[in-house]
Formats: sequence, structure tokens, C-alpha cells
Amino acid sequence: MRPKLATGTEPHPNSGGVRTGTRAAIAAPHLRTDRWWLAPAATAAGLLAFVVYSTWRAFADARYYAAPYVSPFYSPCLAERCHTMHAGPNAPVFGSWWGISPAIIILIFPLGFRLTCYYYRKAYYRGFWLSPPACAVPEPHRKYTGETRLPLILQNVHRYFFYAALLVAGVLTYDTVLAFRDENYRWGHMGLGTVVFLVNILLIWAYTLSCHSCRHIVGGRLKHFSRHPVRYRAWGVVSRLNDRHMQLAWASLVSVALADFYVFLLASGAFTDPRFF
Amino acid sequence: MSGYEARFKVWRGDAGGGGLEDFKVEVNEGEVVLDIIHRLQATQAPDLAVRWNCKAGKCGSCSAEINGRPRLMCMTRMSVFDRDETITVTPLRAFPVIRDLVTDVGFNYQKAREIPAFVPPAGLGPGEYRMQQEDVDRPQEFRKCIECFLCQDTCHVVRDHEDNKQAFAGPRFLMRVAELDMHPLDAASDTGLDRSRTAQDEHGLGYCNITKCCTEVCPEGIKITDNALIPLKERAVDRKYDPLVWLGSKIRRRPSGG
Repeated sequence: MRPKLATGTEPHPNSGGVRTGTRAAIAAPHLRTDRWWLAPAATAAGLLAFVVYSTWRAFADARYYAAPYVSPFYSPCLAERCHTMHAGPNAPVFGSWWGISPAIIILIFPLGFRLTCYYYRKAYYRGFWLSPPACAVPEPHRKYTGETRLPLILQNVHRYFFYAALLVAGVLTYDTVLAFRDENYRWGHMGLGTVVFLVNILLIWAYTLSCHSCRHIVGGRLKHFSRHPVRYRAWGVVSRLNDRHMQLAWASLVSVALADFYVFLLASGAFTDPRFF
Repeated sequence: MSGYEARFKVWRGDAGGGGLEDFKVEVNEGEVVLDIIHRLQATQAPDLAVRWNCKAGKCGSCSAEINGRPRLMCMTRMSVFDRDETITVTPLRAFPVIRDLVTDVGFNYQKAREIPAFVPPAGLGPGEYRMQQEDVDRPQEFRKCIECFLCQDTCHVVRDHEDNKQAFAGPRFLMRVAELDMHPLDAASDTGLDRSRTAQDEHGLGYCNITKCCTEVCPEGIKITDNALIPLKERAVDRKYDPLVWLGSKIRRRPSGG
């Protein structure tokens, strides 16, 4: 027996998605009443702001060194055209033929690490590709194959970018050590920039080590933790960090931009680095 | 807090069609949405179809969409809504409707049957299984699943694309693959069954784009994406896309995974 309907009976729309076949005939694509659009919109705005800023700075090829600080966007600096940094991360393996900003060479690795990161994938799939924009809100695409084919199947290379990110984090750690010098390269000094670099490198390491691929490599791939007590403990530590992966992703993204901007301001002569000792 | 009269819209109909029906119904302190649906049955709509059992968030029967969000009706307190808010209750929108709030969740039972069962270890009989707690912690989290199928309902891979139902098992059953792959005594690999590889090849793990809606809606708080789907993706990478792991497994001549 068909129910008696106060609002009339809608015929089945059968227009795809949640209105397919014999699913409940509801014309509205979704019935969410909360501000579901806020999170993807904020995510997209935040990521877009970073993309614009980092693109400008990566192609600027200037004002990335103010002794003793080097911008994390330009470290290691792998071309001959790089600013000479006293005991700094100069390694001109690309020689003189590299004619554009040397930041482009090295930024591929942290960019690749973040692009294939499981958190950022969620962020940009939701924020930019709207696949889906929010839970139970339909995506606009007629066809969906996910990460089963090119190009998105390449997301599976994440662990290789993780290995590269470890090396880059190592170089940035070296840069932070160099930040304990003054502008005349004498050791045992510290300025506001040193603090900025310290905070940045801590966040970079926390983000890098909280990576899901790291969690897998450290111990997640094991079937028997009881046979590998050291790896089990390491997995536990990485798992606790991994709980904060999203927060660390954002915090390190902001800190790396701030560290670069700090160097930019110093190199531009906007102010001089306040020295503590 | 005193009782009040709430406005509800409840979807009523069947596979042939239907619509949202308006109700005004009494709400008392401490009640959940399922209480209100029961009051509607008792007072205004005696033929309203709803599936429920335990009313304690443990049987997974009363799954529905409340204001467009997949939730258990018995675990959704009325106190989370404003008193002047109209509350919309519909059946799960990823599955065929049978009648009113009851859907045909047979898709999930079909997918459950496609997952190869636990393979008992050779030489151990019932009662002889011994496992270390640290080895079973991970699979035990997944055993909390009450099979409410809210994760299956909210997953856009099948919710928005009916044609993917053939290839994609959905988060609940990929979590089942992960549970068995992490089980310390599962002997599937001894029989030639590589669960990580089949997750990708036969159960559609690659369709998952880890947007975490399954985790968001899970009433048991299981971290489906972080603890099951992503580890399973990493294990599939070990088998299919990482030449170093493949080389390592050949040189050391022992099965990967330890």
C-alpha cells in the first residue's frame, strides 16, 4: 500500500548520483543545513594563497639571502647563479647552464611531497576538485575513477617524495644551525631570525615524520609488532604525530612561508634582524 | 528543560516515488530522533516504516540521513538541534529504498561475500590460537564496526556514481581486508592469497581518494581512513608500485610484512 503523502508524491527523478534508479525520490541534491561549504572554501583559499605567494617567491630569484639566513625556498641552492652563502647550502651541481631561479630545482621535492601527501590530497580533492566538496554533498562530475589510472595513480609515489623530503629537511636543519651565527659569520649568536628558523625546522620535521608513508615504513607494514619491539615503539611515536598530520601540514606550510618572508624582509632592508646576543 | 513541539519533515514513499511529509510532534528532554520517529508511528503515521533494534548505537539498524547527514537515529540527540529548526529525516540515499526510512542494503552483503574469509593457521586447532595484544590492537579497532553502513552510504565513490558499485567494495569492506591483512594469525598468504594486492585489483581500493567522509560519519569513532584505508594503500604500494620493496623481498627471500 502506498503511503498517503501530505506534500504530494514526486515521481522518481532518476537523473544520476543520489537520484539514481530506485533510490529515494528526493529532488534536492543534498539536504545539509549546516555551513558545509565553509571548510572546503577556507581550505581552497589557504592553499591558493600559499600557491600565489610561493610562485612569486620561487620565480623571483632575488632577496633570498640575508647573512646568516637563507630562505628555505632556495636551500639547497644547486646552480652557479646562486648567491654565495658563507659555509651555506651552495652546491652548484647544475652548473652555469641553469638560467632561471634555482628555487625551481629544489622546490619540486617538497612540492611533490605535499602534493601526494594523504592530507593534502583530501584537502584539494575537496577544496578544488569538489570530489566531494563535503560529506553527503554530491560532486559535480559525471564520471569518477579515483586514483585507479593516470595521472592520479601517480599518487602512489608518495613514499619516494618522503625520502626526498627527509634530505631537504636535513639541509634545512643545517641552515638552522648556521643561523646561530651573526651577520659576520661568527658563531654563538642568536637573533629573531634564529627563532623563526628553529620553529620552522621543528614544524618541518614534525610534519615530515608524521607522514602516513613514514608510519608505514617505520612499522605499519609489519604483521607482528611483538617480534619487532623497537619498530613497534617507533610506530607508536609516529602514530601519535600522525594524529596531528593535518595541523602539522598547515603549521609547517605557514612557517616555511613566514621564514622565507622574514629573509625577504631582511634582504630588502625593511628592517635589521633583532639580535639577542 | 520542558517539552516542546518540533517540526519534522520525514520522507515517505517507496521505489516508485515519494516525498517529504510535514509533521509537528512533541519532544521531551533527553530524547533522540528515533524516539520522535516512534512517537510519529504511535500518534500520526502508524504505517511509517523504520528499521531499528537496540536503540543503543550497537546494532547499526536505524541508519538514516538527518538534515542531510548520515547518522544513527538512536544516537542523534534532539538537544543538538535548535527548537525552531525543521528536522529532515530521509532514508540512506546511496541505496535503493524499500519504503519510507527503510532501504535495501543488500549491496553491502554482496560485497561482504566477496572478501575472502580468515584463513586459519595450519597446525592450530580451535582454542589453540595465541596472540600478543600489540599484534591484535589494530584489527580490534576495526572489530568495533557495527555495520550500520553509514560509511558506505556517505562514500561519494558509490553514492554519486552507481556504476562504481560493481568495482568498489566501499570503506567498510576495505577495512575488513585491512583487518584480515593485519591479523597476526591469518594464513592467507600461505594459500597464495595476497590481500593487499587484491584490495587494489579486486576490491577497488584505488577508487578511494581518502577524503575521510567514512571516518567523519562512523558512530563507533573508528579511524577508517587513517588506520585502515591508508595503511592498506601503502601495503598495496609495497606489492605493486615500489621496486625497492620488491627487490628487498627477493633478496631476503622472506615474505614481506614480518
